[in-house]
Amino acid sequence: MARTTPAPERGRPFGERFRRSLLPVFTALVVAYLSLPILVMILFGFNDIQGRFNFAWQGFTLEHWGNVFSRFPALNQALINSLTVAVVATTVATILGTLIGLALTRYEFRGRGPLNLLIFLPIATPEIVLGASLLALFVSVAAPLGMATIIIAHIMFNISFVVVTVRARIAGFDRHLEEAAMDLGADEWTTFRKVTLPLIFPGIMAAALLAFALSIDDFVITQFTAGAQTLTFPLWVYGASRIGVPPQVNVMGTIIFLVALVGIVLWLYLQRRDVTARPTSLNE
Amino acid sequence: MPEADVRLDRVTKRFGSFTAVDELSLEVPEGEFFSLLGPSGCGKTTTLRMIGGFEEVTSGTISLGDEDVTDLPPFKRATNTVFQNYALFPHLTVFENIAFGLRRRKTPIGEIRRQVASMLKLVELPGYEERRPNQVSGGQQQRVALARALINNPRVLLLDEPLGALDLKLRKQMQVELKRIQSEIGITFIFVTHDQEEAMTMSDRIAVMRAGRIEQLGAPEELYERPRSEFVAGFLGVSNLLDGDVAERDGELVQIRLANGVIIRAPAAATNGATKVRVGIRPEKLRVVHQGAEAASDTAETNGLDGTVFDASYVGVSTQYLVKTADGHTLTVYAQNLTSGASEALSEGQRVRLTWNPQHTFVIDDEGRVESAAPLEEESTT
Repeated sequence: MARTTPAPERGRPFGERFRRSLLPVFTALVVAYLSLPILVMILFGFNDIQGRFNFAWQGFTLEHWGNVFSRFPALNQALINSLTVAVVATTVATILGTLIGLALTRYEFRGRGPLNLLIFLPIATPEIVLGASLLALFVSVAAPLGMATIIIAHIMFNISFVVVTVRARIAGFDRHLEEAAMDLGADEWTTFRKVTLPLIFPGIMAAALLAFALSIDDFVITQFTAGAQTLTFPLWVYGASRIGVPPQVNVMGTIIFLVALVGIVLWLYLQRRDVTARPTSLNE
Repeated sequence: MPEADVRLDRVTKRFGSFTAVDELSLEVPEGEFFSLLGPSGCGKTTTLRMIGGFEEVTSGTISLGDEDVTDLPPFKRATNTVFQNYALFPHLTVFENIAFGLRRRKTPIGEIRRQVASMLKLVELPGYEERRPNQVSGGQQQRVALARALINNPRVLLLDEPLGALDLKLRKQMQVELKRIQSEIGITFIFVTHDQEEAMTMSDRIAVMRAGRIEQLGAPEELYERPRSEFVAGFLGVSNLLDGDVAERDGELVQIRLANGVIIRAPAAATNGATKVRVGIRPEKLRVVHQGAEAASDTAETNGLDGTVFDASYVGVSTQYLVKTADGHTLTVYAQNLTSGASEALSEGQRVRLTWNPQHTFVIDDEGRVESAAPLEEESTT
């Protein structure tokens, strides 16, 4: 057998040289690009501003953290409204979207083809068009604009994202597992509860997180469907931006970000544990 | 025959315009190891799935014992299934997989523990309770699937090509294992396979299926020794087939004139009254003798055909010869290698005579397919 000598550095294929030298640089750039706006937001929550504008760093203070929930009562109400809309819309859209996703992948029925296409429509349509037409619709049926109309609009666009996400998970589902459950004495409902739901749950969870994220900071559609009396967090911020956004907004943004971060880390940890929490004696 | 455990009465299944199972009638007695054998697309899996309740029948009835289960969902049938790819629940441990059926019946946990432990012992996997399905090997998954089905003490166990995913050595081992378990617990097994050797090794009886019908049903040696159609003859092993006309009856035997004029004899019962037939002979039933040396062995009780060896391949336990007759037919012969060395071997181009016992001749009705397996006696009751 011929003796092998280590390949000289320059003889390495391009792919490997790229991976070893350039890829870390690109990775750092991407991370910076994604996190810089968030860092700026967090930082300016500590800005000791003079006057109305929060654009230039003027010194460190914890004052805004201290009065974040007392300085602007209307902002508190807006945040509560946003959370209410997001929770209700996410819950309803996740349940409906999951059921629609199941129906679309499982059953043959009249109108299935058109529905499969239609489900993409709210994703593909520009938000401003959706918002304007929703407003026209609500006005034409004389629906009083407010929380109810915001929630209806949010459920509508969230359903599409839930269906698309859940459907991907169901598509890889082995139907024999459900047959096996029924074979072992589980009726349809028990089969769904004990086999189908646990197995598609990660997909449902991902869909719900996506829906919540889309809902809580939606501006365009909410702006059209909120009417004059109701404000959500993004609408309040937009209104305030004309006279100067107070640092309390940055603080709230930071809090929302931290809650989301903790949620995501917890979720990843739970999923990881599910994969790794196994007896170590795999060798037999 | 003991009381029928599973009974299919003219069961038909259509998918759109395609008929997967066509007026199939079948009875399996209690405790039998019964196989549905056939090529893919013959309807064997569909038949099994209808017995399990996973496919609705288009027409016909299915009974388990005295109970008509045709319209019952799977969870109300006394059947359990070992699926082709096992269909183990990936989110549950081996213990919970096996306990799944008992949990549905609200069995107390102590009883569940006891039964799961004894099942794991039966399938020789004790100590695997806390593993996940993806942490055990293919053969072990197979055993878990078997235990998960058997723990429910089903009236009938349905097995859908359960050994298909295993490698050859493991498959052989599991064949023996399955047979052992079946005789240990004594319940009816209905086993679907496309592997004729597997079916023959394990089954009490086999139904050979083709295009949604049973081509022939019988014990393994019956199907092998007396296939009634070319399809069965070809599906179960190798056979030599020759066309001929029934000439005259000769006691227990019947004389058949082959196309080349040679008269051979076959059991009279086998011809079934037909006149134009195909006669068949299995390669290992043929004896090869040098031409000229046959006089001593060639008696009136023996069939004989002349030919020329044109290919010989040594396969260890036997030698396979291809012999061409004067009118161009090729016959396959397996000659056991009783002695070592080349003393017995025939070389290519050698003129030989093939002889065989007339009792080993089987006859296929040339008018086409022999009508499929005898329907049930009660068929006229509608």
